[in-house]
Amino acid sequence: MISQQNVLSWATFFPLIGLAVILILMATRYFLGFSRRALDELARSTGLIASGLSFFCSVLAWVWFDPSQSGVQLVQHFTWIKGFNIEYLVGVDGLSISMVLLTGLISFVAFVASMPWWSSAKYARMAGMVEHGHDDGHHPQHFSVRMVPGYMCMLLLLQTGMMGTFVALDMFLFYVFWEVMLLPMYFLIGIWGGPRKEYAAIKFFLYTLVGSVLMLLAIIGIYYNSHAAPLADGSMSAGHTFNLIELAKQGQEGVFAGSPAVLGFAFSKIAFIALFIGFAIKIPMFPFHTWLPDAHVEAPTPVSVILAGILLKMGPYGILRFNYPLLPDATQWAAWVVALFGVINIVYAAFVCLAQSDLKKLIAYSSVSHMGFTLLGMSAMTPTGISGAVFNMFSHGIISPMLFLIAGVIYDRAHHREIGRFGGLAQALPEYAGITGLAFFASLGLPGMCGFVSEFLVLVGSFPVFLGFTIISATAVIITAAYYLWAIHRAFLGKLNPVYKDYPDLVWRERLVLYPLGAIAIVLGFYPQAVLGVINPALTLLVSGLRPM
Amino acid sequence: MEHTLQAAAHATGPLPTHAAGYLWLIPFLPLVGAVINATMGARLQRRFGKGLVHVIGVGTVALSFVVACIAFVQMWGLPPEHRFLQNTVWNAFTAGKVSVDLGFALDPLSMMMALAVTFISALIHVFSIGYMADEPSYWRFFAYMNLFVFSMLLLVMGDNFVLMFFGWEGVGLCSYLLIAFWYTDPQKAAAGMKAFITNRFGDFGFVVGVFLLFWALGGAWQQAPDGKTKYVETDAHAAAYVAAARGEGQGVPHVEIGPTLNFRLLRDQIVNTDTGVAEKLKAQKMFGFGILGVIGILLFVGAMGKSAQLPLHVWLPDAMAGPTPVSALIHAATMVTAGVYMVARLNFLFALSATAMGWVALIGALTALFAASIGFFQYDIKKVLAYSTVSQLGFMFIGVGVGAYWAGAYHLLTHAFFKATLFLCSGSVILACHHEQDMRKMGGLGKPMPITRWTYLVACFAIAGFPWASGFYSKDEILWKAFTQEGLKFLGMPMPYLGQLIYLIGIVAATGTSFYMFRSYYMTFSGEYRGHGHRHLPKESPLSITLVLVALATGAVLAAVIGIPYAWTGHAPLLEHWLEPALPAIVHFAEKSHATEYLFQLIGVSVGVIGWVAARALYKDGRSQVPARLLLRWKRAWTVVYNKYYVDEIYQATILRGSVGFARLCSWFDKYIIDGLVNLAGAIARVAAELDGAIDRYIVDGAVNLVAGATLAAGRGLRRLQTGRIQTYLYGALAGAIAIVFLNFLLK
Repeated sequence: MISQQNVLSWATFFPLIGLAVILILMATRYFLGFSRRALDELARSTGLIASGLSFFCSVLAWVWFDPSQSGVQLVQHFTWIKGFNIEYLVGVDGLSISMVLLTGLISFVAFVASMPWWSSAKYARMAGMVEHGHDDGHHPQHFSVRMVPGYMCMLLLLQTGMMGTFVALDMFLFYVFWEVMLLPMYFLIGIWGGPRKEYAAIKFFLYTLVGSVLMLLAIIGIYYNSHAAPLADGSMSAGHTFNLIELAKQGQEGVFAGSPAVLGFAFSKIAFIALFIGFAIKIPMFPFHTWLPDAHVEAPTPVSVILAGILLKMGPYGILRFNYPLLPDATQWAAWVVALFGVINIVYAAFVCLAQSDLKKLIAYSSVSHMGFTLLGMSAMTPTGISGAVFNMFSHGIISPMLFLIAGVIYDRAHHREIGRFGGLAQALPEYAGITGLAFFASLGLPGMCGFVSEFLVLVGSFPVFLGFTIISATAVIITAAYYLWAIHRAFLGKLNPVYKDYPDLVWRERLVLYPLGAIAIVLGFYPQAVLGVINPALTLLVSGLRPM
Repeated sequence: MEHTLQAAAHATGPLPTHAAGYLWLIPFLPLVGAVINATMGARLQRRFGKGLVHVIGVGTVALSFVVACIAFVQMWGLPPEHRFLQNTVWNAFTAGKVSVDLGFALDPLSMMMALAVTFISALIHVFSIGYMADEPSYWRFFAYMNLFVFSMLLLVMGDNFVLMFFGWEGVGLCSYLLIAFWYTDPQKAAAGMKAFITNRFGDFGFVVGVFLLFWALGGAWQQAPDGKTKYVETDAHAAAYVAAARGEGQGVPHVEIGPTLNFRLLRDQIVNTDTGVAEKLKAQKMFGFGILGVIGILLFVGAMGKSAQLPLHVWLPDAMAGPTPVSALIHAATMVTAGVYMVARLNFLFALSATAMGWVALIGALTALFAASIGFFQYDIKKVLAYSTVSQLGFMFIGVGVGAYWAGAYHLLTHAFFKATLFLCSGSVILACHHEQDMRKMGGLGKPMPITRWTYLVACFAIAGFPWASGFYSKDEILWKAFTQEGLKFLGMPMPYLGQLIYLIGIVAATGTSFYMFRSYYMTFSGEYRGHGHRHLPKESPLSITLVLVALATGAVLAAVIGIPYAWTGHAPLLEHWLEPALPAIVHFAEKSHATEYLFQLIGVSVGVIGWVAARALYKDGRSQVPARLLLRWKRAWTVVYNKYYVDEIYQATILRGSVGFARLCSWFDKYIIDGLVNLAGAIARVAAELDGAIDRYIVDGAVNLVAGATLAAGRGLRRLQTGRIQTYLYGALAGAIAIVFLNFLLK
């Protein structure tokens, strides 16, 4: 059933099938009238299984992917809307296969973290997973027991959108998946979020929508400037094409560089800027980053996990999929500005972290800082720099979910995240302190974990091209260490605040997600080639046409 | 001898390597111990007691020492220029030109380090059994200690910069964890944090230095015609040396040339002068300086952090908050010497730049004097030893800075022994005095604690530089080489007398060393016991502690055997001979007669004696009133020095306050300006929407309603016409007819 031709489609649509099953279950309940609790459990199981199958398919795709061959693999290709040259074209190259694997993994982790299962009675009571009749600010109900079927549907739809975005190789298809992603995210934050959820959800939605609109304009512009290309059925398309592989070829041939100017500006530059801003909002890049802390602070833990682990990666992914191959001339023209914004992201956000008192906000800003490394690395366009940038996407995709899960652990117990109000937690929650230390040190780039490798590669790769920028960025190693260690110092060390004396240590629902991620971070710290070996060929190909280095 | 060997290395091309597939075991074994104790230690300790925990902890390190000995035997059997054992486990990552192996290498220098690290670690682990016996989280202590040994061995044995940095950061992490071991005390926890962050300042410099070196090997930064500085890869000159390296012309076969992070490949291309790499690097400029000088200084910034040199020395004295075995192992014997090891490892690189050499030596000398002066007035026994460590590290940097690499490495070794002895003795004393560290509350401990006392005294003689104890040979060799080094530069400026100046500073610092060490000895062990807080008089520590003390003190004396100078025996010291293949750098020293050398040795001994006599006169038995009177007289100066020249306070006020203030500013900017703009955009959109709504409601909709209203009104008006009376209709019809006639007339 699952073959090399359709594995990516399965990975994309298994969650959607799960969604359909949940809807059917809801309808069935209307007729059969089984209990709400039973429906909740069924919806959870369905979600977990559907996401698990999607994860399985992404692993399969990873296994089947042959890194020794460049170009797109595991392709499924047929004509969808012939009249507009729109096709269903999915496939992966070295760049997207790593993101597909990450999406499968992190989505599954998010599902596991959405279950109230595997927790002790005391913990469940503390977290608000037990029915107590009311759901208000003082006794909030845990997100994992609130409107469960709806939550699962939204999460599944989100997973389809994300997976689709990474596998789509048709511009129109890409845009469809991109937009599919937005809506469930809006509801997940707006319904299952914290006290200021409405503000955060709307901010997220509108901000990303602005990006989408710019992107759409650029996509239409690119479409109308493109030449005809062959369709899946062998015929030539009518005049233009949405096929990203063909567009990349045309981009390398300079088709868009020679397009007629728009309002006196070169088309490729205008298109670059529109696409770049659209993607930069997702990264998020300074100064378009302020939606992120709000969204993270209000989002429930698994949604933060997905947001940090996957959604942020779509920004750089889009830039590498659209801007780099399609608009090589504009990419070179803008490189140093991209690098500059990367540096601002890295250093500025690190300083902002230093001043945070909310644990989740600190972690959110650290994401901004770490994504800056990706910007810097890819703007250098050296093979080392761009490999580092993409590896940074992967390693940040492993580490930042850990960090948000960690913030969730303490929030489930204490119902606040003020670092200064904790103190001496290591005495009450030693295991939690240990895993927090691991995650923090991974994030501050301690060798032996994957964060170091990515930062090292980015810095060494961009050093010859942007000497000053790289040196400024490297100072972040000091600031990053300072804000993490200071957070550990305030929250975990020193005298134990007696309020937290009887808090339960990690439960299995937390261990199940934290330990595997920690193990991956360590394994990739010692053997990063496992991922780098797969992504390198595609990236070397990508930059070989850009800058002779 | 020296020169023939180096000449041979230059002619033969790449360094021959010998496979030793078991080398990974040396760091791996302690890692296993660390992982077991970290993950299962708490449970093991509960179920089987502390015995199992320390069996694992000590056992793995001891095994690692055994494997290191096997490697030593294998290396011993090889001819000197073949002594290079290599074990590449796997390729960790490759991206572009950057390729990093998880590979271990042992040459004579790293062999010496590996042996010293595993041996001293094993002893200190044994010591910890007795010292930490009452600690509830015993398992955690051993897990951290084993992790430290793993990291240190990685640092020493890693065959490339990345692996060295891996260990470099790893030891920093363990240092953090162990300083903050008793984390419930916020001050101790803060000391750990300070150590890590200060080290990161150094790491920043180190990493930038590595990048610069890496890229300088494969190209150069050149001024483009448009005035911008641009990195240009390997130029025509480079192509020539690549051709030469391929064996075309007079080149060297099989030497890989180009950017590399691997120490051996780096060494091959620099040491084999025929490749032209050394000349190319020498000629390259950056920021107006020779690039080698910049690289050397940047790399040394890393050493300043790790080895606590000015101005990054501030963390080490605070690091004494950790348990005493930690102070002995990490903050005296091994980790803090990493910087010295790094400079010695890269001797061929540092030797190419007189600026880098001068910088290293000068910072070393200044630190030696600066720290010694603080050591004069401390009362906390561990603080005295901490400043003494900083000062001794300064001596080592003088050694590796002036080009006496073997002497620096030798001092590293001897220091490891005598400083570990001193620290463990202090630990023994502190344990006996019920965790009292203030020497004013000690005194008279010589009688109840004879073993501790004698070992401490032996180590004091070693550090003060008395003949037949190891410190004399290493320190004297360093200072002698400093005096005869005339080629140093200060930031590019030639300074022929810099060597002599450094010698002078060193001699003053050596006098100070002798003084404060004997001061601590007399304050602790002579006179009457002054600690009245406790009823129990101190007594000698258990066997696991005293045995280790004796073993280490013996080492501190015996280490002298391998460093007896040329002037005494007529052949090179054993260690120098052993290290030769690993130290291919060619450094020129002024030729001086043996008589001069003897004279300098005499000076070295006499300053030691002066310090000893002065300390004896002032502090023996605590009877002399002179120290108290001097203190009164020089109160102000004393306060400044006692408070460590207020360096901490200055950092607090500038860097710390500055960055926290800047962080607040950034956060404010983010919250109110950037997010303010976003919200403003939102608000504007809403105002526009309201306006739009108003337009819609009042104008557009108003117009619609107006039409409707007008129609309605018209209807209402017209309704009146519908009266039903025939007369009205007739009047109407008539009026209409008249109007039409009239209109008809008008239009015509």
